[in-house]
Amino acid sequence: MSKLVGVLAFLTLTLPFLAHSFSPDHPTDRRVLVLLDDLAVKSSHSLFFKSLQSRGFELDFKLADDPKISLQRYGLYSYDALILFSPSVDRFGGSIDLAAILDFVDSGHDLIIAADTHASDLIRQIAVECGVDFDEDPAAMVIDHTSYAVSDTEGDHTVIASDDFIKSDVILGSEKIEAPVLFQGIGHTVNSENSLVLKVLSASPSAYSSNPKSKLSNPPSLTGSAISLVSVVQARNNARVLISGSLSLFSDRFFRSKMQKAGSSKKHEKSANEQFLTELSKWVFHERGHLKAVNVKHQRVGEADEPAIYRINDDLEYSVEIYEWRGQRWEPYVADDLQVQFYMMSPYVLKTLSTDQKGRYFTEFRVPDVYGVFQFKVEYKRLGYTSLSLSKQIPVRPFRHNEYERFIPAAYPYYGAAFSMMTGFFVFTAVHLYNK
Amino acid sequence: MVGKSEPLNGTATAKTGQSPSPSPPPATPMSDLLGNFSFKTLKLKTKQQELLIRVSILCLVYVLAFITRLFSVLRYESMIHEFDPYFNYRTTLYLTEKGFYEFWNWFDSESWYPLGRIIGGTLYPGLMVTAAIIYWALRFLSFAVHIREVCVLTAPFFASNTTIVAYFFGKEIWDTGAGLVAAALIAICPGYISRSVAGSYDNEGVAIFALLLTFYLFVKAVNTGSLAWALGSALGYFYMVSAWGGYIFIINLIPLYVLVLLITGRYSMRLYVAYNCTYILGMLLAMQIRFVGFQHVQSGEHMAAMGVFFLMQVFYFLDYVKHLLSDSKMFQAFLRITVTCAVAVGGVALGVGTASGYISPWTGRFYSLLDPTYAKDHIPIIASVSEHQPTAWSSFMFDFHILLFLFPAGLYFCFKRLSDATIFIVMYGLTSMYFAGVMVRLILVATPAVCLISAIAVSATIKNLTQLARAKDKVSQTGSAKGASSTKGSSKGSIDQSQPFQRNGAFALLFGAFYLLSKYATHCTWVTSEAYSSPSIVLAARGAHGNRVIFDDYREAYFWLRQNTPPDAKVMSWWDYGYQITAMGNRTVIVDNNTWNNTHIATVGRAMSSYEDEAYDIMRSLDVDYVLVVFGGVTGYSSDDINKFLWMVRIGGGVFPVIKEPDYLVNGEYRVDKGAAPKMLNCLMYKLSYYRFGEMTTEYGKPPGYDRARGVEIGNKDIKLEYLEEAFTTSNWIVRIYKVKPPNNRW
Repeated sequence: MSKLVGVLAFLTLTLPFLAHSFSPDHPTDRRVLVLLDDLAVKSSHSLFFKSLQSRGFELDFKLADDPKISLQRYGLYSYDALILFSPSVDRFGGSIDLAAILDFVDSGHDLIIAADTHASDLIRQIAVECGVDFDEDPAAMVIDHTSYAVSDTEGDHTVIASDDFIKSDVILGSEKIEAPVLFQGIGHTVNSENSLVLKVLSASPSAYSSNPKSKLSNPPSLTGSAISLVSVVQARNNARVLISGSLSLFSDRFFRSKMQKAGSSKKHEKSANEQFLTELSKWVFHERGHLKAVNVKHQRVGEADEPAIYRINDDLEYSVEIYEWRGQRWEPYVADDLQVQFYMMSPYVLKTLSTDQKGRYFTEFRVPDVYGVFQFKVEYKRLGYTSLSLSKQIPVRPFRHNEYERFIPAAYPYYGAAFSMMTGFFVFTAVHLYNK
Repeated sequence: MVGKSEPLNGTATAKTGQSPSPSPPPATPMSDLLGNFSFKTLKLKTKQQELLIRVSILCLVYVLAFITRLFSVLRYESMIHEFDPYFNYRTTLYLTEKGFYEFWNWFDSESWYPLGRIIGGTLYPGLMVTAAIIYWALRFLSFAVHIREVCVLTAPFFASNTTIVAYFFGKEIWDTGAGLVAAALIAICPGYISRSVAGSYDNEGVAIFALLLTFYLFVKAVNTGSLAWALGSALGYFYMVSAWGGYIFIINLIPLYVLVLLITGRYSMRLYVAYNCTYILGMLLAMQIRFVGFQHVQSGEHMAAMGVFFLMQVFYFLDYVKHLLSDSKMFQAFLRITVTCAVAVGGVALGVGTASGYISPWTGRFYSLLDPTYAKDHIPIIASVSEHQPTAWSSFMFDFHILLFLFPAGLYFCFKRLSDATIFIVMYGLTSMYFAGVMVRLILVATPAVCLISAIAVSATIKNLTQLARAKDKVSQTGSAKGASSTKGSSKGSIDQSQPFQRNGAFALLFGAFYLLSKYATHCTWVTSEAYSSPSIVLAARGAHGNRVIFDDYREAYFWLRQNTPPDAKVMSWWDYGYQITAMGNRTVIVDNNTWNNTHIATVGRAMSSYEDEAYDIMRSLDVDYVLVVFGGVTGYSSDDINKFLWMVRIGGGVFPVIKEPDYLVNGEYRVDKGAAPKMLNCLMYKLSYYRFGEMTTEYGKPPGYDRARGVEIGNKDIKLEYLEEAFTTSNWIVRIYKVKPPNNRW
C-alpha cells in the first residue's frame, strides 16, 4: 500500500514535469543532462549554460563518472538532450556507455559533444559513430598561421579565428555573424560516406592539424578547409548532434574576449562565440528548423472523404499542412518548392504544391492510366530543416466491367453490321423455308 | 480403407465380365438368367437385371472414387493442400463473401506489390464459381457447412462425377462393359488421384471432368449428328474453358480429329453438324471468360480450329458441287482448283495475320510442349517448376501401373473395330500420351484416355474369355471371338479337339486378369495413401522409433506473420510461397505463384543472389519489410530454398546479366560446404538460410552446422547480418523470417 502511495505521489509530482517534456507537439527539449569532467566547468562556461537556462532549459549537472547517472528510468528517458562537456572521460559512471548514448540519439534525442586535445577514446568513438573523425594524434591542435586570433600571450597560433560558417539561416539564425569565432582545440574531418553530417564551422585553407609543441617532421594529415571545427548531424529520425573539437569554444573566456583576427585591422569588442553557439544550440535543441506535417488528405475532386482505393483516371486532390516550430508555437511554413509524387517504383506524377501562405499546401491531378499500389510521397529535405518524408499508400484499380462506355461511336458500323446480319439471316431463313 | 477398396474394385471388374455371360456351375438365379441369354422371351427380365447390376456397380464406383480420396483428411486434417489451391481458396472465400461482381472486378493489391493483380481478369473462375454454387446450395438447404469443407471436397466430388462420364464415354465408344471397367479404372487411377485428393482444391480437379464430358458429348454428337449433343458439347467446352487453361488441348485435339476424319474419307453430315455447332458456340461462349477473351480469334494456338472450320465449309461446298455436277472429270478439276485456292487463301490469311500482329504467336508454354527442350533454353521460369519436367519412366509406372500394358492392347482392339468414336479415343490417347511424356503434370490429361483404352482391352478380353469358358456346346462362338489374341491362335486350328484344354486356358487367363486387376487396386490404394495424400504444407516423417513426426512449420510461420507484423507489411520470398503467405499470413507479397511478370520475379531472384548490401537496395526499392526463406538443413527437408537457389540465379540472370550462374558454382558443381564459390557463401539466400546454423548440432556425431538436407557441413558458419535481423524461426527451422532494418539512423 505504502508503495502504491509512493508511486502515486511520484506520479503526481512528476506529471507536470513529464508533461513539459519533449513531444511531437512541442519539439523543443526541456530537460538536459550535462556531464562534466570537473564541476569547475560549470562556472567557467556559465555564460553558455545561462543562455540555455534563460531559454527555459532545465540543466542537470553531473560529473561524468558519477556512479548514479542514468539516461533511462523504467524504460523512459529522463532527459531530452545530453551535453557532453567531458572530453577526457574514459568511462561514464552509472549505466551510461557508448551504446546507451547512441540509443539515446537513435530514439530521437539531441546531443552536444565538446572534445578537446587529449580527448578520450570514448568521446572519439561517439564522434565516429556520428560520422566525425577526430585527428588521430591525441596532442594535435588546429594551427593556423594566417587567421589566428591576435594575442599578446600566446604565440603558437592555436587560438584561431574562424569565420567560414555554413550558409544557412536556419542553422545559424537570420542575424549575420559579424565577428569570427574563437576556437582552440582538435580538428576533425567529416566522413564522406555519411550524407547527414554537415560542417558548420570550417577551418581556413591555411590551417593544419598537428602537435604545436613538437617540430613538424611529417606533413600534417589534416590540412586546410577539409578540417572541420564544428559539425552537426541531423539523424534520420531528426535527432540533432553537435560536435565540436573544442571545449573552450563554449567558455566564458572566449565568449567575452576582445579579439582581432590576424591580418585584419578590425577589432571586435567581442568574439562571435556567444552568438554562434546560442543560435546553434537553438537549432540543436529544436527551437528552430523543426517542421511538422499534419492533415495529409487526399480525395476525389468534389468529395470530402478519403477513398480506400482510386480508379485509373480519377481526378484527385491532395493537401497537407506544414508548420514550423518557432520556439514557442507552431507557425505556418511558407515555401514554394514542396512537391508531391504519385509513386509506384518511380514517380508517375510529380507536382509542385501550391500554398495558401497559411501552411496549407494543395494540388490536383489525375491518376495515371496505370493500376497498381501507389504512394503519395512528399520528400522534403532542406538544409537545416528536419526532413519531411510522408508516404501514404493507396491502390489504384482498373475500370470495373460496367464503367466502360456502353456504346462507342466509332463502333456503330459494327453494331449496324451485326444487326443487319441478324435480320438478314432471319429473312433469308423465312424465305428459304416458306417460299418453295 | 485399404481392405475396403480392394474387394469393391475386384467385384466391379469381375462383374463386368460376368454380367452377360454364364458362370460354370448352373444353379443360382444368375445362371438362370445367363442360361436364358439366348431366349428372346425373357429378354426384358435379363435387361432389367443387367440394369440393376450396372447401376449398383456404378453407384459403388461412384462412392469408391469419393472415399479413396479421403485418405488425406484421415491422415492429416481437412485442409487445403499445396500452393495454388490456397489462391483458389482465397478467391472462393472472396466470392462467397462479396458476391460475383466484386469477384469479377477484384483488383488485388496484396499480391505482386506494387503492381497489383487484376484477379477477376487473370483467373479461370470455373472452380471458384462451382465451389461457391455448391456452398450456396448447401446453405440454401440449411446445411451449415464452412466454405473450406466445400473446397476440400470439391475435387473428390468431381472425381466421382468423372467416373459416371467415363462410363457413358466407354459405352459410346465400345459397350457398357467397357464403360463399367473404365469407370472403375478411372475411379482409383493414381494419375488422376494425384490431382484430386480431398484438399487438392485445384483447377484440374474440376477440369478433368469437364474435359471428359466435352469429349464424350462431342463423340456422341458425331455419332448421332444431333444438334442437341453438339450444343451440350459446346457447353461442356465452356465449362472447361472457365475452369482450366488446358482447354487448349480440346480446341486442338478436336480439329485434329476432324482433320483425320476428313483425310480418311469419313466426312459426313453428322461430323459437319457436330463440329460447326460445337466450334462456333463453344468459341462464342469461351469469349465470355475474361481471361480468355478474344484469344479464339487472335491467338496462334487457336488457329487450327478455325482453319478446320473453314475446311469443313469447303468440304460442304464441294459436296454440293459434286451433287450438281454429274461429270466426274469436271469435278476433279474443280476439286483441285478449290482445294488449292482454299489452302492458299488460308495460308495468306494466317501469314498476314501473324505478320500484322493481329494473330499472336504461340506462347512459350505451347512451344515447350511441342519441343521439350525449348523451356530449358529459353524460359527458365517454366523449366524451374518441378511439374513441368519431362516424365520419368518410373512415374508412368507409378501412375498407370497395369494400364501401361493394357493401353497398347486397347489400341489394338480399337484398330480392330475402327469407327468415328474409336478413332477419337485413339487420337486422344496417343496425343495425350505424348504430352504426358513431355511434362509430368500432363499425365493427368492422359489418364482418362489411358483408362478408357485399357478398359476396352480388359472388357474385350474378359468378354472373349468368358465366352470361351462357357462355350461348351457352342463351338462356333469361340471361333468368332475377336481379339482374344492369346487363345485365338490355338482355337482356330483345333476347335473340337482342344475344347477342355481351351476352357482351362480361358479360366487360367481369366484368373490372371483378375489377379492383375486386384494388384492394380492394391497398388492404387497404396499410392493414394502413401504418396498422394500429403498436403505438402504439413510435412510428415518417420521418427527414430518408427513413430510419425509432424512438421507444421509452414502454418506456424504464416500465423506468426499474421499475428506479429503490421497489416501492410510486405513480405519477400521466392514465388512458391506467395499464395500461401497471402492466403494464410494475410500479408502483401512481392511475387507469387501466378508467374505473370518475369521481371518482377527476376528482381526477387536477383536480390536473393546478391550480396547483402546490394540486396538491401533492391529490397528498399520494393518496400520490403520481411524476408521469408524456407530451409531444410535441420530436418532434412530437401525442397527448400537452397536447393531451388540455382533457379533463382538463372531466372535473375535471365533479366539482369550481372547475376552469372558460374559465380555460384565450383567447376560446374553446386555446393554449400567449404569448397563452395565465395559468392555462394556470401549471397543473401545463403546467409539467411544458414544464419546461426553454424552453432547448431543437427545430428549426433557430426560437427555443428551439418546440413542434413544436403549431407554436408556448411562452409560459412560465422554469418553476420548487417541490414537484416532475424525475426522468427519456426520450431524445426523450416521457415525463417527476417526483418529488413530501416536505414542507419546516423549515416
